[in-house]
Amino acid sequence: MGFFLETVIGGLMSGMLYSLVALGFVLIFKASGVFNFAQGAMVLFAALAMARFAEWVPLWTGLQGKLAANLVAFVLAMALMVVVAWLVERLVLGKLVNQEGVTLLMATLGIAYFLDGFGQTLFGSDIYRIDVGLPKEPMFLLESVFEGGVLVGKEDLYAAGIAAALVAALSAFFQFTATGRALRAVADDHQAAQSIGIPLNRIWVVVWSVAGFAALVAGIIWGSKLGVQFSLSLVALKALPVVILGGLTSVPGAIIGGLIIGVGEKLSEVFIGPLLGGGIEIWFGYVLVLFVLLIRPQGLFGERHIDRV
Amino acid sequence: MFYRENGQFKTSYAADLQIFPILQDRIGIALLLAMAVVGVPLLADEYLLRAIFIPFLILSLAALGLNILVGYCGQISLGAGASMAVGAYAAYNLMIRVDGMPMIVAILLGGLFATAVGVLFGIPSLRIKGLYLAVATLAAQFFWDWAFLRIGWFTNYSPSGSVGIRELFAFGLRVDTPVERYWLCLGFLLVFALMAKNLVRSHIGREWMAIRDMDVAAAVIGIRPVYAKLTAFAVSSFIIGVAGALWGFVHLGSWEPAAFSIDRSFQLLFMIIIGGLGSIMGSFFGAAFIVVTPIVLNQALPALGALVGLTISTAAVSHTEFMLFGALIVYFLIVEPHGLARLWSIGKEKLRLWPFAH
Repeated sequence: MGFFLETVIGGLMSGMLYSLVALGFVLIFKASGVFNFAQGAMVLFAALAMARFAEWVPLWTGLQGKLAANLVAFVLAMALMVVVAWLVERLVLGKLVNQEGVTLLMATLGIAYFLDGFGQTLFGSDIYRIDVGLPKEPMFLLESVFEGGVLVGKEDLYAAGIAAALVAALSAFFQFTATGRALRAVADDHQAAQSIGIPLNRIWVVVWSVAGFAALVAGIIWGSKLGVQFSLSLVALKALPVVILGGLTSVPGAIIGGLIIGVGEKLSEVFIGPLLGGGIEIWFGYVLVLFVLLIRPQGLFGERHIDRV
Repeated sequence: MFYRENGQFKTSYAADLQIFPILQDRIGIALLLAMAVVGVPLLADEYLLRAIFIPFLILSLAALGLNILVGYCGQISLGAGASMAVGAYAAYNLMIRVDGMPMIVAILLGGLFATAVGVLFGIPSLRIKGLYLAVATLAAQFFWDWAFLRIGWFTNYSPSGSVGIRELFAFGLRVDTPVERYWLCLGFLLVFALMAKNLVRSHIGREWMAIRDMDVAAAVIGIRPVYAKLTAFAVSSFIIGVAGALWGFVHLGSWEPAAFSIDRSFQLLFMIIIGGLGSIMGSFFGAAFIVVTPIVLNQALPALGALVGLTISTAAVSHTEFMLFGALIVYFLIVEPHGLARLWSIGKEKLRLWPFAH
């Protein structure tokens, strides 16, 4: 039972991290109808920027103290993501308005290639460390209930907490600010939003910046767990089934989808994996999603799509 | 002036139905075929054949197959790499497990196995549409990546799933030199291209296109979505499977599952988008673009660097390659979202009027 709980909690933690990446997908899809394959590349790019700026800032300015360096690096990396968002809108999306979904999808794949190459040219392609002071040592919970207790990584706990806070902040942003309302309006109906004077281009820059922010946070957390390296951009492939499971247009869906897939993946790996030869977490999420979609084609929380002739 | 169909009257149904109704097109195609069959092997050296022409032929074949599914039937698939893998590994298993199995038959049977798998993973398309389907097809990709890596039987228990075919025979003759390999691939490509062209002109091709354009409307006028979608998955997976078997047998010789990873799927999708969705011709253009561009970049970048007195490290070259490749893709999508095939047809229209304005 203790082991089972441990697996479940581990799954919830990694699920939270998946949702963080998935959130970026959902935000952009909601506001511009673009399925953004570059989200993974953005995570890598943001993490690289963060890691390298944190290294460089003390060299440039002679700034003392890790916290200050990290803060400055965070601001710089965020500014970079805003620039990326602006360029993407300017150079790519603005010119592809009204194209089919698959064309836009391919364009974001092009962006992904570009960002992968650009990030590594700019920041180097070794493995870098991000150290924002997340504690590494594990801790034991519920020792009085089970023998040995339940082992939980403190780092994971913090990460999950940050992810949850981010989601709450984003929800509030969408719900209560004027920009958030404009974003929701654009998501609802591009033309109607434009006709009442919401500037589409600016909204897209905002959305891509917010997605860049989500990517930065995801990049920092994943990066401090695994180190910043090229494989970080593959995190996006882990988040894809999460997005689809929750429904492409639903923010809460991304969270719940992430938790379901995180837990499912860990449980299946531990309990079914040995029967099949291990490593099944690579495809488990996708196959799970396949079956869910057969029952609910729009995902768990997606808007039901009604076809008309 | 030269490219005009004036005075070419069609006096029989057969003439009306031919693939290239314009005489000049027929001459052009004949010249192109002669060039492909005789010219290229005479002129190209071993490196060109091995590095460009053979991959180009095989990937054209795969792109052709994917274009049937994505371009003609409108079902976005990111699992093309899996179909190639299934084709390649099925053909390999047939070769080593069945005594005296002729290679050509093994490759075609490999295609049949890919068909079965493709139809199985195509079943969700009956309920799932668009981007949801695209992600759902990734399930096939990741599942088969895993299966060929972890299930020893498929790869005859070789470590890391790497397998190989030592000698190739076609119709009792040994296929060894690059030229012979080139001809083998060309033969496959020509047969399948002709088949695909005729399929998309037939009633079944029109059903696919109706489903692509609007599936509900198509169903209303009596097209069976189940039949249309699954046949598209079947035909497409068959062609891609054969291409996969050729890729393994003829191009790589020995391969491991990574040869058919998700990158391969993306690559094929790039080909048909850049070449032109819903165009047989476009598959060839796209394949040529995607095969040649990285090689050109790879050769040109260090040379360019040397010109301005820079030595570019291999890592920098590969990163710049990534960047330029991504930028080129975006550029092409912006300039011509309907692909190179559209440019081709615009060019043909212009040529028709030339030298007059209209």
